[in-house]
Amino acid sequence: MSVTAETHVHDDHDVHHHKETFVTKYIFSQDHKMIAKQYLITGIIMGVVGIMMSLMMRMQIAWPEKPNVLFEALLGKWAPEGVMDADIYLALVTIHGTIMVFFVLTAGLSGTFSNLLIPLQIGARDMASGFLNMISYWLFFLSSVIMILSLFVEAGPAAAGWTIYPPLSALPMAQGGSGAGMTLWLVSMAIFIASSLLGSLNYIVTVLNLRTKGMSMTRLPLTIWAFFVTAIIGVISFPVLLSAALLLIMDRSFGTSFFLSDIFIQGEVLHYQGGSPVLFEHLFWFLGHPEVYIVLLPALGITSEIIATNSRKPIFGYRAMVASILAIAFLSTIVWGHHMFISGMNPFLGSVFTFTTLLIAIPSAVKAFNYITTLWKGNLQMNPAMLFSIGLVSTFITGGLTGIILGDSALDINVHDTYFVVAHFHLVMGISALYGLFAGVYHWFPRMFGRMMNKNLGYLHFWVTAICAYGVFFPMHFIGMAGLPRRYYTNSNFPLFDDTTNTQVVITMFALVGGAFQLVFLYNFFSSMFYGKKAEQNPWKSNTLEWTAPVKHIHGNWPGALPTVYRWSYDYSKPGHEEDFVPQNVPMKDGEEELQH
Amino acid sequence: MTTLLIFIIVLFVAVALWQMVKIFDLAQVGASNDNQVATDKDNRFNGYMMIAFLIFIYAITIASFVYLGDLPLMSNSASEHGPGIDNLMVISMIVIFFVQIVTQFLLHYFAFKYKGEKGRKALFYADNNTLEAIWTIIPVIVLAGLIIYGLFTWNDIMNIDESEDPMVIELYAQQFNWKARYGGEDNVLGKANVRLIDLDRANILGVDEDDPNAKDDVIVTELHLPVNRPILFKMRSQDVLHSAYMPHFRAQMNCVPGMVTQFAFTPTVTTAEMRSNPDIQDKVANINALRLDRKAEIEASGQDLTYEFDYLLLCNKICGKSHYNMQMKIVVETQEEFDAWMKEQKTFENSLN
Repeated sequence: MSVTAETHVHDDHDVHHHKETFVTKYIFSQDHKMIAKQYLITGIIMGVVGIMMSLMMRMQIAWPEKPNVLFEALLGKWAPEGVMDADIYLALVTIHGTIMVFFVLTAGLSGTFSNLLIPLQIGARDMASGFLNMISYWLFFLSSVIMILSLFVEAGPAAAGWTIYPPLSALPMAQGGSGAGMTLWLVSMAIFIASSLLGSLNYIVTVLNLRTKGMSMTRLPLTIWAFFVTAIIGVISFPVLLSAALLLIMDRSFGTSFFLSDIFIQGEVLHYQGGSPVLFEHLFWFLGHPEVYIVLLPALGITSEIIATNSRKPIFGYRAMVASILAIAFLSTIVWGHHMFISGMNPFLGSVFTFTTLLIAIPSAVKAFNYITTLWKGNLQMNPAMLFSIGLVSTFITGGLTGIILGDSALDINVHDTYFVVAHFHLVMGISALYGLFAGVYHWFPRMFGRMMNKNLGYLHFWVTAICAYGVFFPMHFIGMAGLPRRYYTNSNFPLFDDTTNTQVVITMFALVGGAFQLVFLYNFFSSMFYGKKAEQNPWKSNTLEWTAPVKHIHGNWPGALPTVYRWSYDYSKPGHEEDFVPQNVPMKDGEEELQH
Repeated sequence: MTTLLIFIIVLFVAVALWQMVKIFDLAQVGASNDNQVATDKDNRFNGYMMIAFLIFIYAITIASFVYLGDLPLMSNSASEHGPGIDNLMVISMIVIFFVQIVTQFLLHYFAFKYKGEKGRKALFYADNNTLEAIWTIIPVIVLAGLIIYGLFTWNDIMNIDESEDPMVIELYAQQFNWKARYGGEDNVLGKANVRLIDLDRANILGVDEDDPNAKDDVIVTELHLPVNRPILFKMRSQDVLHSAYMPHFRAQMNCVPGMVTQFAFTPTVTTAEMRSNPDIQDKVANINALRLDRKAEIEASGQDLTYEFDYLLLCNKICGKSHYNMQMKIVVETQEEFDAWMKEQKTFENSLN
């Protein structure tokens, strides 16, 4: 099987090699492959912090106000004699959410795989602007550092929830975390948004302009479609969050009243007049809801690629998959109000948002059924990446279905802000996107590091994680339906909810086991980086272009000319071919038809 | 010192786990010199695991229903619109569980059935418009039904019919407690604004003392409602966002500083009737049995050991440190009981210093 690139087009790109120093190669690198690794490692570190926080919260909920040596060690003054303080509980809620949503599942997932795969899968030498790409990573790094630093401020880190609704987030007298902690949170997020915008613009330009010869939009792998559309949603919605953050900074520091009005707190009337917290909610969720899909779409794109490759079958309904990505992206920008049914906005708006929200179920259902049909009559190679992809489809269905309840304004009245919501969004975007991240790491690890991850450790990691994820979040729906509000430091002041306490303990047990087994992944990841089995060029026998590049990373990705593309990326088990895969750079045989639509 | 010790212990545990994983890892090496790509053996093992996992999902579903199924508020609503929401919830749940059971079965069964074998070729099957049309149209029809039902229910709840002469009650939120203000005999709330708050005169809600409608207003810390009378709640907050959540009545609305929000419902079951409901009695007995196990702890915290059922208003929007303890008792009673209770309350005019 010849997968070498054609040599008749000579590209002069590859002849000039810059001298690389340690700093330009590993730190201020402009190479997309190195930047992808930087994103991934930073994301993993942030993920460890975020998951540790969730475990501390789970321990507090299961054994409220009990001394815990871990709290004493990790929280210091916030856990006098090992008993967690109520303020720090809310801070953990806030920072866990922020870190997981933005730093792990947006930057860690999109940043890693968009950077790694866009140039490699479309056949480009690098991103359109390597320099902006480098700036994008370092801004992300800076924002991560500021977010972590905010944990150590005197009055405590931001504690108003990841949604930072004013006035709670605007008034330092409303809670300790709304002082310097919130300032740092806002600064960190503003920098994060700048980083995300630079990255997204780069992705969009690269996909539009740098596709190799023959790589039409309809031959793009679904990964690229997902990253491309994600970047567009990001460019549309992130600036709105930036403006909300800037207006909030104005309210906090310069006495404006965008979001504040008629406030009496700690014995005095404040001067604010005429603003509305509901305005902030609109601005926040105009990003906040698309953000769900910024997190989810790349995971779905990764899954599409991995399921097709490991099923040795074309992805079923390529056009429908692209159409559903576009439909989800479009709808995602007009459903934000379903977070606000009971915010005091006009009930008629609630009806409109119920309608648009439930429409999202249609493209989502198409995606789920297409994945299932892709498995049908396949020849499934159960690599760890494949297991995580199947796991993603499973949690995407379980979590997505309860969206039908939460998106329905009448039903939302009673389960809004209860544990039902926590269960829903953790399954459908948290766990699903995390599975997408894991799947991507297992699948493209050889491409990133030239070595294989250990598959048996991968199996162990997947099965324990899968069981624990359901063990944590499935029963959680039921305590939500019992009316238990989320973000309560302890439920012991409500005897009404005493019958949920045993379930809380079970959930925490699953969470602790699941959390501990992520160490298996960390071990596998870091040890395989240095001691893993050396990878072949195309270990999964995949069709996409990244596997035609040499294992050892080189600047410009391909020696000699760029590969030319003759077919879509899903010619798996195509009749008339000996092998069960036909890479995209293999020319059509005489009389062979391009069978994608 | 303890901190250091704990860090060392945690570190050791982590190292021990790491080493165990490493041993597990090394033990694999001799077994085969494979290249870390799934073999037929791996495919078989994980194929069977898929079926085991499917059984696990079904088991946890059944277990949740058996052990936790009586927790949901899907029955015993205490408001007129409650059964409408509960019906919609049950219908949505049936749809969800049907789809969940079928799709999870297909997903995991196919993953088992088509596990890879060397030499077998997959079916090249890229598209089928009929199939895709089917699974686009079926969700469209089902969702259309749910959307229409949902919108009718929502409109019924949110459209407030002023002609029914609802009793007007203000729910007033502040960090971290609730107050309620009744319109008094004229059933009209006096004007109010936080700028009028005068703590020295005990005008804690900022009610306008010059407004004649305000004189007979009644401010209380326990919410009493007459049964079967429509109630129109007007929500206010003086500091941050709060949410007035009354789960038994299927009612919730945010309290927003700077604006007045509203929600209306008609309570249909008195507290006394609800206490004698067999389902609620079971629930209370269960809770009390659980509380007996934690006797010392509960008594130390100053709560009554025995729990008695009461309706509650909870804060359900993160509002600061004591968010977890921001609640108000709700008593639903007959009109006579309500009138008698109301007679004992001071009017706003008489409550000022």
